[in-house]
Amino acid sequence: MRLPAEPKQNKIKVFALVVFFIAVYWWAFSAISFGGVKPTAGEIVKSIFSGIIHPDWNYVYTGDGEDLVTLLFITVAIAFLGTFISAILSLPFAFWAARSKRLQNVLSARIFSGSGKIVLTAIRTFPEIVLAIMFIKTVGPGSFAGVLAVSVHSIGMLAKLYSEAIENMDQGPAESVISAGGNKANVLSLATLPQLVPEFVSYTLYRFELAVRSASILGMVGAGGIGTPLIFAINGRSWSRVGIILLGIIVMVTVIDFISGSLRKRLV
Amino acid sequence: MTSSSLPKGKSKLGSLFLFVLFIVCLYGSAVISEVDLAQFFTNFTQMNVILQKMIHPDWTYLSIVIDPLLETIRMAIIGTTFGAIVALPFALLVSRNVVKNRIVNGVLRFILNIIRTIPDLMLAAVFVAIVGIGPVAGIISLAIFSFGMITKLFYEAIETIDEGPIEAITASGGNKLDIVRYAVLPQVSSHFLSYLLYAFEINIRASTVLGYIGAGGIGVYLQRSLSQFRYDQTSIIVIIIFAVVLVIDLVSNQLRERLL
Repeated sequence: MRLPAEPKQNKIKVFALVVFFIAVYWWAFSAISFGGVKPTAGEIVKSIFSGIIHPDWNYVYTGDGEDLVTLLFITVAIAFLGTFISAILSLPFAFWAARSKRLQNVLSARIFSGSGKIVLTAIRTFPEIVLAIMFIKTVGPGSFAGVLAVSVHSIGMLAKLYSEAIENMDQGPAESVISAGGNKANVLSLATLPQLVPEFVSYTLYRFELAVRSASILGMVGAGGIGTPLIFAINGRSWSRVGIILLGIIVMVTVIDFISGSLRKRLV
Repeated sequence: MTSSSLPKGKSKLGSLFLFVLFIVCLYGSAVISEVDLAQFFTNFTQMNVILQKMIHPDWTYLSIVIDPLLETIRMAIIGTTFGAIVALPFALLVSRNVVKNRIVNGVLRFILNIIRTIPDLMLAAVFVAIVGIGPVAGIISLAIFSFGMITKLFYEAIETIDEGPIEAITASGGNKLDIVRYAVLPQVSSHFLSYLLYAFEINIRASTVLGYIGAGGIGVYLQRSLSQFRYDQTSIIVIIIFAVVLVIDLVSNQLRERLL
Protein backbone atom coordinates (compact mmCIF):
# COMPACT_ATOMS: atom_id res chain seq x y z
CA MET A 1 0.00 0.00 0.00
CA ARG A 2 1.29 3.43 -0.85
CA LEU A 3 0.57 6.59 1.01
CA PRO A 4 -0.37 9.64 -1.04
CA ALA A 5 2.55 12.02 -1.63
CA GLU A 6 2.67 15.15 0.48
CA PRO A 7 1.46 18.24 -1.33
CA LYS A 8 4.39 20.15 -2.79
CA GLN A 9 3.18 23.56 -1.72
CA ASN A 10 3.46 22.54 1.91
CA LYS A 11 7.15 21.80 1.58
CA ILE A 12 7.87 25.19 0.04
CA LYS A 13 5.94 26.86 2.83
CA VAL A 14 7.83 24.97 5.52
CA PHE A 15 11.14 25.73 3.80
CA ALA A 16 10.32 29.46 3.62
CA LEU A 17 9.38 29.48 7.31
CA VAL A 18 12.60 27.72 8.28
CA VAL A 19 14.70 30.21 6.30
CA PHE A 20 12.76 33.05 7.89
CA PHE A 21 13.36 31.77 11.43
CA ILE A 22 17.06 31.13 10.78
CA ALA A 23 17.43 34.68 9.50
CA VAL A 24 15.62 36.08 12.54
CA TYR A 25 17.80 34.13 14.98
CA TRP A 26 21.00 34.97 13.16
CA TRP A 27 20.04 38.63 13.39
CA ALA A 28 19.07 38.33 17.06
CA PHE A 29 22.23 36.60 18.26
CA SER A 30 24.67 38.56 16.11
CA ALA A 31 24.52 41.80 18.07
CA ILE A 32 24.08 40.78 21.70
CA SER A 33 27.26 40.89 23.71
CA PHE A 34 27.16 37.86 25.96
CA GLY A 35 30.57 38.43 27.49
CA GLY A 36 31.11 40.07 30.84
CA VAL A 37 29.53 37.94 33.52
CA LYS A 38 30.82 39.48 36.71
CA PRO A 39 33.57 37.46 38.40
CA THR A 40 31.64 37.81 41.66
CA ALA A 41 28.53 36.22 40.12
CA GLY A 42 29.00 32.86 41.87
CA GLU A 43 29.43 34.54 45.21
CA ILE A 44 26.29 36.64 44.71
CA VAL A 45 24.19 33.64 43.67
CA LYS A 46 25.34 31.84 46.79
CA SER A 47 24.40 34.75 49.05
CA ILE A 48 21.05 35.17 47.26
CA PHE A 49 20.22 31.52 47.86
CA SER A 50 21.27 31.58 51.48
CA GLY A 51 19.23 34.78 51.94
CA ILE A 52 16.15 33.29 50.35
CA ILE A 53 16.49 30.10 52.39
CA HIS A 54 16.89 32.12 55.58
CA PRO A 55 14.28 34.88 55.24
CA ASP A 56 14.27 37.79 57.66
CA TRP A 57 11.28 36.69 59.78
CA ASN A 58 11.54 39.78 62.02
CA TYR A 59 10.31 41.88 59.13
CA VAL A 60 6.92 40.14 58.92
CA TYR A 61 5.23 42.29 61.54
CA THR A 62 6.79 45.11 63.53
CA GLY A 63 3.76 47.30 64.12
CA ASP A 64 5.34 50.52 62.80
CA GLY A 65 3.47 50.48 59.48
CA GLU A 66 6.63 49.67 57.50
CA ASP A 67 6.45 45.89 57.87
CA LEU A 68 5.65 43.18 55.35
CA VAL A 69 2.02 42.51 56.30
CA THR A 70 1.04 46.19 56.27
CA LEU A 71 2.73 46.81 52.93
CA LEU A 72 1.12 43.73 51.39
CA PHE A 73 -2.28 45.04 52.53
CA ILE A 74 -1.49 48.41 50.94
CA THR A 75 -0.51 46.62 47.73
CA VAL A 76 -3.80 44.72 47.60
CA ALA A 77 -5.67 47.96 48.39
CA ILE A 78 -3.95 49.72 45.47
CA ALA A 79 -4.91 46.91 43.12
CA PHE A 80 -8.49 46.71 44.43
CA LEU A 81 -9.24 50.42 44.21
CA GLY A 82 -7.39 50.79 40.91
CA THR A 83 -9.31 47.92 39.33
CA PHE A 84 -12.62 49.29 40.60
CA ILE A 85 -12.00 52.77 39.14
CA SER A 86 -10.75 51.17 35.95
CA ALA A 87 -13.88 49.02 35.63
CA ILE A 88 -16.04 52.15 35.70
CA LEU A 89 -13.79 54.07 33.29
CA SER A 90 -13.72 51.08 30.91
CA LEU A 91 -17.47 51.03 30.26
CA PRO A 92 -17.63 53.97 27.81
CA PHE A 93 -14.43 52.76 26.10
CA ALA A 94 -15.92 49.27 25.73
CA PHE A 95 -19.06 50.53 24.00
CA TRP A 96 -16.88 52.72 21.79
CA ALA A 97 -14.67 49.82 20.66
CA ALA A 98 -17.41 47.20 20.29
CA ARG A 99 -18.57 46.64 16.72
CA SER A 100 -22.22 47.54 16.74
CA LYS A 101 -24.75 45.89 14.45
CA ARG A 102 -27.21 48.72 14.80
CA LEU A 103 -25.40 51.38 12.79
CA GLN A 104 -26.72 51.22 9.24
CA ASN A 105 -23.58 52.40 7.49
CA VAL A 106 -21.09 49.55 7.73
CA LEU A 107 -18.04 51.62 6.84
CA SER A 108 -18.61 54.36 9.41
CA ALA A 109 -19.37 51.72 12.06
CA ARG A 110 -16.06 50.02 11.27
CA ILE A 111 -14.14 53.30 11.50
CA PHE A 112 -15.86 54.13 14.78
CA SER A 113 -15.08 50.85 16.52
CA GLY A 114 -11.66 50.60 14.84
CA SER A 115 -10.58 53.95 16.27
CA GLY A 116 -11.71 52.79 19.70
CA LYS A 117 -9.64 49.61 19.35
CA ILE A 118 -6.52 51.60 18.40
CA VAL A 119 -6.96 53.88 21.42
CA LEU A 120 -7.21 50.81 23.67
CA THR A 121 -4.05 49.31 22.16
CA ALA A 122 -2.29 52.62 22.77
CA ILE A 123 -3.36 52.60 26.43
CA ARG A 124 -2.22 48.96 26.80
CA THR A 125 1.17 49.73 25.30
CA PHE A 126 1.84 52.84 27.37
CA PRO A 127 4.27 51.51 30.01
CA GLU A 128 2.66 51.39 33.44
CA ILE A 129 5.88 52.64 35.01
CA VAL A 130 5.81 55.82 32.93
CA LEU A 131 2.18 56.37 33.98
CA ALA A 132 3.17 55.86 37.61
CA ILE A 133 5.96 58.43 37.30
CA MET A 134 3.63 60.93 35.66
CA PHE A 135 1.13 60.52 38.49
CA ILE A 136 3.90 60.76 41.08
CA LYS A 137 4.69 64.18 39.61
CA THR A 138 1.02 65.09 40.01
CA VAL A 139 0.07 63.74 43.44
CA GLY A 140 3.45 63.06 44.97
CA PRO A 141 5.06 59.68 45.67
CA GLY A 142 2.85 57.18 47.47
CA SER A 143 0.04 54.72 47.06
CA PHE A 144 -2.35 57.18 45.45
CA ALA A 145 -0.09 57.49 42.41
CA GLY A 146 -0.10 53.69 42.20
CA VAL A 147 -3.91 53.60 42.32
CA LEU A 148 -4.13 56.12 39.48
CA ALA A 149 -1.54 54.27 37.38
CA VAL A 150 -3.36 50.94 37.81
CA SER A 151 -6.74 52.49 37.04
CA VAL A 152 -5.61 54.13 33.80
CA HIS A 153 -3.42 51.25 32.58
CA SER A 154 -6.07 48.57 33.22
CA ILE A 155 -8.54 50.31 30.89
CA GLY A 156 -6.53 49.04 27.93
CA MET A 157 -7.16 45.39 28.67
CA LEU A 158 -10.45 45.57 30.57
CA ALA A 159 -12.29 47.64 27.96
CA LYS A 160 -11.03 45.25 25.26
CA LEU A 161 -12.43 42.23 27.11
CA TYR A 162 -15.70 44.09 27.82
CA SER A 163 -16.09 45.09 24.17
CA GLU A 164 -15.57 41.47 23.07
CA ALA A 165 -18.29 40.41 25.52
CA ILE A 166 -20.61 43.03 24.02
CA GLU A 167 -19.82 41.88 20.48
CA ASN A 168 -20.47 38.23 21.33
CA MET A 169 -23.73 38.95 23.11
CA ASP A 170 -26.70 36.82 22.09
CA GLN A 171 -29.35 39.04 20.44
CA GLY A 172 -32.13 36.51 21.05
CA PRO A 173 -33.26 37.68 24.50
CA ALA A 174 -33.37 41.30 23.34
CA GLU A 175 -35.58 40.33 20.39
CA SER A 176 -37.92 38.31 22.60
CA VAL A 177 -38.31 41.22 25.03
CA ILE A 178 -39.15 43.52 22.11
CA SER A 179 -41.61 41.04 20.58
CA ALA A 180 -43.31 40.67 23.97
CA GLY A 181 -43.83 44.43 23.91
CA GLY A 182 -40.94 45.61 26.04
CA ASN A 183 -39.41 49.05 25.63
CA LYS A 184 -35.72 49.98 25.56
CA ALA A 185 -35.43 50.12 29.33
CA ASN A 186 -36.86 46.59 29.55
CA VAL A 187 -34.36 45.37 26.97
CA LEU A 188 -31.52 46.85 29.01
CA SER A 189 -32.64 45.44 32.35
CA LEU A 190 -34.01 42.06 31.19
CA ALA A 191 -31.83 41.09 28.22
CA THR A 192 -28.59 43.09 28.05
CA LEU A 193 -27.51 43.45 31.68
CA PRO A 194 -28.21 39.85 32.79
CA GLN A 195 -25.94 38.67 29.96
CA LEU A 196 -23.17 41.19 30.39
CA VAL A 197 -22.85 41.66 34.16
CA PRO A 198 -21.50 38.17 35.02
CA GLU A 199 -18.96 38.35 32.21
CA PHE A 200 -17.89 41.86 33.16
CA VAL A 201 -17.47 40.88 36.81
CA SER A 202 -15.49 37.80 35.84
CA TYR A 203 -13.12 39.81 33.62
CA THR A 204 -12.75 42.45 36.32
CA LEU A 205 -11.75 39.80 38.85
CA TYR A 206 -9.21 38.41 36.38
CA ARG A 207 -7.80 41.89 35.85
CA PHE A 208 -7.65 42.31 39.64
CA GLU A 209 -5.36 39.27 39.81
CA LEU A 210 -3.02 40.91 37.30
CA ALA A 211 -3.28 44.28 39.06
CA VAL A 212 -2.03 42.72 42.30
CA ARG A 213 1.09 41.59 40.44
CA SER A 214 1.71 44.98 38.89
CA ALA A 215 0.95 46.86 42.13
CA SER A 216 3.69 44.83 43.79
CA ILE A 217 6.30 46.24 41.40
CA LEU A 218 5.00 49.81 40.95
CA GLY A 219 6.60 50.67 44.28
CA MET A 220 10.00 50.23 42.58
CA VAL A 221 9.51 53.72 41.12
CA GLY A 222 7.93 55.12 44.27
CA ALA A 223 4.23 54.46 43.73
CA GLY A 224 3.57 52.77 47.07
CA GLY A 225 3.15 49.18 48.15
CA ILE A 226 5.65 46.37 48.66
CA GLY A 227 7.83 47.35 45.67
CA THR A 228 9.60 50.16 47.50
CA PRO A 229 11.21 48.06 50.27
CA LEU A 230 11.86 45.36 47.66
CA ILE A 231 14.00 47.57 45.45
CA PHE A 232 15.77 49.02 48.53
CA ALA A 233 16.54 45.51 49.71
CA ILE A 234 17.86 44.44 46.29
CA ASN A 235 20.00 47.55 45.92
CA GLY A 236 21.27 47.17 49.49
CA ARG A 237 22.07 43.48 48.83
CA SER A 238 20.14 42.40 51.95
CA TRP A 239 19.04 39.09 50.51
CA SER A 240 17.30 37.77 53.59
CA ARG A 241 15.00 40.80 53.36
CA VAL A 242 14.47 40.11 49.63
CA GLY A 243 13.68 36.48 50.55
CA ILE A 244 10.93 37.38 53.00
CA ILE A 245 9.39 39.96 50.63
CA LEU A 246 9.43 37.47 47.77
CA LEU A 247 7.80 34.88 50.03
CA GLY A 248 5.18 37.47 51.00
CA ILE A 249 4.43 38.33 47.37
CA ILE A 250 4.13 34.64 46.44
CA VAL A 251 1.72 33.98 49.31
CA MET A 252 -0.31 37.12 48.54
CA VAL A 253 -0.61 36.38 44.80
CA THR A 254 -1.50 32.72 45.44
CA VAL A 255 -4.19 33.60 47.97
CA ILE A 256 -5.70 36.33 45.76
CA ASP A 257 -5.64 34.03 42.70
CA PHE A 258 -7.38 31.31 44.71
CA ILE A 259 -10.13 33.60 46.07
CA SER A 260 -10.75 35.34 42.78
CA GLY A 261 -10.57 32.08 40.83
CA SER A 262 -13.22 30.40 42.98
CA LEU A 263 -15.44 33.51 42.73
CA ARG A 264 -15.08 33.43 38.95
CA LYS A 265 -16.00 29.75 38.79
CA ARG A 266 -19.22 30.51 40.65
CA LEU A 267 -20.13 33.28 38.22
CA VAL A 268 -19.78 31.42 34.96
CA MET B 1 -49.14 33.68 35.48
CA THR B 2 -48.64 34.57 39.13
CA SER B 3 -45.27 35.68 40.28
CA SER B 4 -45.04 32.77 42.73
CA SER B 5 -44.53 30.33 39.85
CA LEU B 6 -41.36 32.12 38.77
CA PRO B 7 -38.07 30.71 40.05
CA LYS B 8 -36.92 32.40 43.21
CA GLY B 9 -34.15 34.97 42.90
CA LYS B 10 -31.15 35.02 45.17
CA SER B 11 -31.83 36.08 48.73
CA LYS B 12 -31.96 39.85 49.14
CA LEU B 13 -30.16 39.69 52.47
CA GLY B 14 -27.12 37.92 51.02
CA SER B 15 -26.81 40.42 48.19
CA LEU B 16 -27.13 43.31 50.63
CA PHE B 17 -24.42 41.80 52.82
CA LEU B 18 -22.07 41.40 49.83
CA PHE B 19 -22.80 44.95 48.71
CA VAL B 20 -22.02 46.38 52.17
CA LEU B 21 -18.85 44.26 52.36
CA PHE B 22 -17.79 45.57 48.97
CA ILE B 23 -18.34 49.21 49.98
CA VAL B 24 -16.39 48.67 53.21
CA CYS B 25 -13.50 47.13 51.22
CA LEU B 26 -13.54 50.06 48.81
CA TYR B 27 -13.57 52.61 51.61
CA GLY B 28 -10.84 50.75 53.46
CA SER B 29 -8.68 50.64 50.33
CA ALA B 30 -9.18 54.35 49.78
CA VAL B 31 -8.08 55.10 53.34
CA ILE B 32 -5.09 52.75 53.22
CA SER B 33 -3.83 54.09 49.90
CA GLU B 34 -4.23 57.72 51.02
CA VAL B 35 -6.50 58.81 48.21
CA ASP B 36 -6.63 62.60 48.13
CA LEU B 37 -8.78 63.85 45.30
CA ALA B 38 -8.31 67.51 46.29
CA GLN B 39 -4.58 67.11 45.78
CA PHE B 40 -5.19 65.43 42.46
CA PHE B 41 -7.20 68.35 41.13
CA THR B 42 -5.04 71.13 42.58
CA ASN B 43 -1.89 69.57 41.12
CA PHE B 44 -3.47 68.77 37.83
CA THR B 45 -1.57 71.66 36.22
CA GLN B 46 1.61 69.68 36.87
CA MET B 47 0.17 66.80 34.86
CA ASN B 48 -0.75 69.29 32.20
CA VAL B 49 2.87 70.46 31.96
CA ILE B 50 4.01 66.87 31.37
CA LEU B 51 1.31 66.26 28.79
CA GLN B 52 2.18 69.51 27.01
CA LYS B 53 5.76 68.33 26.68
CA MET B 54 4.66 64.88 25.59
CA ILE B 55 2.51 66.10 22.72
CA HIS B 56 5.53 67.93 21.29
CA PRO B 57 7.90 64.98 20.79
CA ASP B 58 11.59 65.58 20.15
CA TRP B 59 11.85 63.87 16.75
CA THR B 60 15.65 64.22 16.60
CA TYR B 61 15.81 61.70 19.45
CA LEU B 62 14.40 59.04 17.14
CA SER B 63 17.77 58.23 15.58
CA ILE B 64 19.28 57.66 19.03
CA VAL B 65 16.67 55.19 20.29
CA ILE B 66 16.59 52.97 17.18
CA ASP B 67 19.57 50.87 18.30
CA PRO B 68 18.34 50.21 21.84
CA LEU B 69 14.93 49.42 20.36
CA LEU B 70 16.47 46.72 18.15
CA GLU B 71 18.30 45.42 21.20
CA THR B 72 14.95 45.16 22.99
CA ILE B 73 13.52 43.11 20.12
CA ARG B 74 16.58 40.85 20.13
CA MET B 75 16.25 40.36 23.88
CA ALA B 76 12.60 39.39 23.47
CA ILE B 77 13.37 36.92 20.66
CA ILE B 78 16.19 35.18 22.52
CA GLY B 79 14.42 35.23 25.88
CA THR B 80 11.21 33.78 24.44
CA THR B 81 13.14 31.07 22.59
CA PHE B 82 15.09 29.88 25.62
CA GLY B 83 11.95 29.99 27.72
CA ALA B 84 10.08 27.90 25.16
CA ILE B 85 12.89 25.34 24.78
CA VAL B 86 12.84 24.63 28.51
CA ALA B 87 9.05 24.85 28.64
CA LEU B 88 8.39 22.00 26.17
CA PRO B 89 9.77 19.05 28.21
CA PHE B 90 8.47 20.63 31.40
CA ALA B 91 4.96 20.95 29.97
CA LEU B 92 5.02 17.27 28.95
CA LEU B 93 6.06 16.25 32.46
CA VAL B 94 3.31 18.36 34.02
CA SER B 95 0.50 17.07 31.78
CA ARG B 96 -1.65 14.50 33.53
CA ASN B 97 -2.35 12.52 30.37
CA VAL B 98 1.33 12.06 29.42
CA VAL B 99 2.97 11.47 32.78
CA LYS B 100 0.51 9.57 34.94
CA ASN B 101 2.46 10.03 38.18
CA ARG B 102 0.41 12.39 40.38
CA ILE B 103 3.37 13.23 42.64
CA VAL B 104 5.56 14.32 39.71
CA ASN B 105 2.68 16.42 38.31
CA GLY B 106 1.91 18.00 41.66
CA VAL B 107 5.46 18.91 42.64
CA LEU B 108 6.30 20.35 39.22
CA ARG B 109 3.03 22.31 39.10
CA PHE B 110 3.81 23.77 42.50
CA ILE B 111 7.24 24.93 41.29
CA LEU B 112 5.65 26.32 38.14
CA ASN B 113 3.07 28.30 40.10
CA ILE B 114 5.76 29.82 42.28
CA ILE B 115 7.80 30.85 39.25
CA ARG B 116 4.74 32.44 37.69
CA THR B 117 4.08 34.66 40.70
CA ILE B 118 7.51 36.31 40.64
CA PRO B 119 7.17 39.72 38.95
CA ASP B 120 9.36 40.20 35.84
CA LEU B 121 10.90 43.43 37.10
CA MET B 122 11.97 41.73 40.31
CA LEU B 123 13.66 38.94 38.31
CA ALA B 124 15.45 41.59 36.26
CA ALA B 125 16.62 43.43 39.38
CA VAL B 126 18.05 40.22 40.83
CA PHE B 127 19.81 39.25 37.59
CA VAL B 128 21.27 42.72 37.20
CA ALA B 129 22.85 42.12 40.60
CA ILE B 130 24.20 38.74 39.44
CA VAL B 131 25.42 39.27 35.87
CA GLY B 132 25.77 43.04 35.87
CA ILE B 133 24.01 45.79 33.94
CA GLY B 134 23.22 44.88 30.34
CA PRO B 135 20.95 42.90 28.03
CA VAL B 136 22.01 39.48 29.40
CA ALA B 137 20.19 40.18 32.67
CA GLY B 138 17.13 41.09 30.64
CA ILE B 139 17.34 37.96 28.51
CA ILE B 140 17.58 35.66 31.52
CA SER B 141 14.64 37.28 33.28
CA LEU B 142 12.55 37.22 30.09
CA ALA B 143 13.44 33.54 29.61
CA ILE B 144 12.26 32.65 33.12
CA PHE B 145 9.19 34.85 32.80
CA SER B 146 8.15 33.31 29.47
CA PHE B 147 9.02 29.81 30.69
CA GLY B 148 6.29 30.12 33.33
CA MET B 149 3.76 31.53 30.92
CA ILE B 150 4.45 29.16 28.00
CA THR B 151 4.56 26.03 30.15
CA LYS B 152 1.09 26.79 31.51
CA LEU B 153 -0.35 27.39 28.02
CA PHE B 154 1.42 24.29 26.65
CA TYR B 155 0.25 21.84 29.28
CA GLU B 156 -3.31 23.12 29.09
CA ALA B 157 -3.20 22.47 25.33
CA ILE B 158 -1.68 19.01 25.85
CA GLU B 159 -4.34 18.04 28.38
CA THR B 160 -7.16 18.78 25.94
CA ILE B 161 -5.88 16.55 23.10
CA ASP B 162 -7.75 13.58 21.72
CA GLU B 163 -6.75 10.46 23.72
CA GLY B 164 -7.36 8.10 20.79
CA PRO B 165 -3.90 8.31 19.17
CA ILE B 166 -2.23 7.78 22.59
CA GLU B 167 -4.23 4.58 23.08
CA ALA B 168 -3.46 3.46 19.52
CA ILE B 169 0.30 3.89 20.02
CA THR B 170 0.17 2.17 23.42
CA ALA B 171 -1.84 -0.71 21.94
CA SER B 172 0.68 -1.25 19.16
CA GLY B 173 3.50 -1.40 21.72
CA GLY B 174 4.97 2.09 21.59
CA ASN B 175 6.91 3.53 24.52
CA LYS B 176 6.55 6.98 26.13
CA LEU B 177 8.79 8.66 23.55
CA ASP B 178 6.75 7.18 20.69
CA ILE B 179 3.58 8.47 22.32
CA VAL B 180 5.03 11.98 22.61
CA ARG B 181 6.45 11.91 19.08
CA TYR B 182 3.51 10.38 17.19
CA ALA B 183 0.43 11.07 19.33
CA VAL B 184 0.99 14.25 21.34
CA LEU B 185 3.20 16.56 19.30
CA PRO B 186 1.34 16.33 15.96
CA GLN B 187 -1.86 17.37 17.73
CA VAL B 188 -0.44 20.37 19.53
CA SER B 189 2.39 21.68 17.33
CA SER B 190 0.32 24.46 15.77
CA HIS B 191 -0.86 25.52 19.25
CA PHE B 192 2.76 25.63 20.37
CA LEU B 193 3.74 28.04 17.62
CA SER B 194 0.71 30.18 18.25
CA TYR B 195 1.47 30.40 21.99
CA LEU B 196 5.10 31.10 21.23
CA LEU B 197 4.10 34.13 19.18
CA TYR B 198 1.68 35.23 21.88
CA ALA B 199 4.44 35.02 24.50
CA PHE B 200 6.72 36.95 22.19
CA GLU B 201 4.20 39.80 21.95
CA ILE B 202 3.94 39.97 25.73
CA ASN B 203 7.72 39.85 26.07
CA ILE B 204 8.16 42.78 23.70
CA ARG B 205 5.94 44.84 25.99
CA ALA B 206 7.67 43.55 29.11
CA SER B 207 11.20 44.05 27.78
CA THR B 208 10.59 47.74 27.10
CA VAL B 209 10.52 48.44 30.84
CA LEU B 210 13.16 45.94 32.00
CA GLY B 211 15.88 48.41 31.06
CA TYR B 212 14.43 50.74 33.65
CA ILE B 213 16.44 48.90 36.30
CA GLY B 214 19.46 48.32 34.09
CA ALA B 215 18.56 45.17 32.15
CA GLY B 216 19.32 46.56 28.67
CA GLY B 217 17.19 47.65 25.76
CA ILE B 218 15.13 50.78 25.30
CA GLY B 219 14.10 50.90 28.96
CA VAL B 220 17.53 52.32 29.81
CA TYR B 221 16.72 55.36 27.67
CA LEU B 222 13.22 55.50 29.11
CA GLN B 223 14.68 55.79 32.58
CA ARG B 224 17.22 58.40 31.46
CA SER B 225 14.63 60.62 29.78
CA LEU B 226 12.29 60.42 32.77
CA SER B 227 14.96 61.24 35.32
CA GLN B 228 16.09 64.24 33.25
CA PHE B 229 12.46 65.43 32.94
CA ARG B 230 12.78 65.24 29.13
CA TYR B 231 9.19 64.21 28.56
CA ASP B 232 9.48 65.12 24.88
CA GLN B 233 12.02 62.28 24.59
CA THR B 234 9.89 59.96 26.72
CA SER B 235 7.08 60.55 24.30
CA ILE B 236 9.27 59.49 21.35
CA ILE B 237 10.11 56.26 23.16
CA VAL B 238 6.45 55.57 23.91
CA ILE B 239 5.47 56.28 20.30
CA ILE B 240 8.14 53.99 18.88
CA ILE B 241 7.25 51.18 21.29
CA PHE B 242 3.61 51.56 20.25
CA ALA B 243 4.58 51.35 16.56
CA VAL B 244 6.67 48.21 17.12
CA VAL B 245 3.94 46.52 19.17
CA LEU B 246 1.39 47.27 16.45
CA VAL B 247 3.63 45.87 13.71
CA ILE B 248 4.49 42.75 15.71
CA ASP B 249 0.82 42.17 16.55
CA LEU B 250 0.01 42.38 12.86
CA VAL B 251 2.84 40.08 11.75
CA SER B 252 2.17 37.48 14.41
CA ASN B 253 -1.56 37.53 13.73
CA GLN B 254 -0.79 36.85 10.07
CA LEU B 255 1.64 34.06 10.96
CA ARG B 256 -0.83 32.52 13.39
CA GLU B 257 -3.62 32.48 10.80
CA ARG B 258 -1.28 30.79 8.31
CA LEU B 259 -0.21 28.18 10.86
CA LEU B 260 -3.59 27.21 12.20
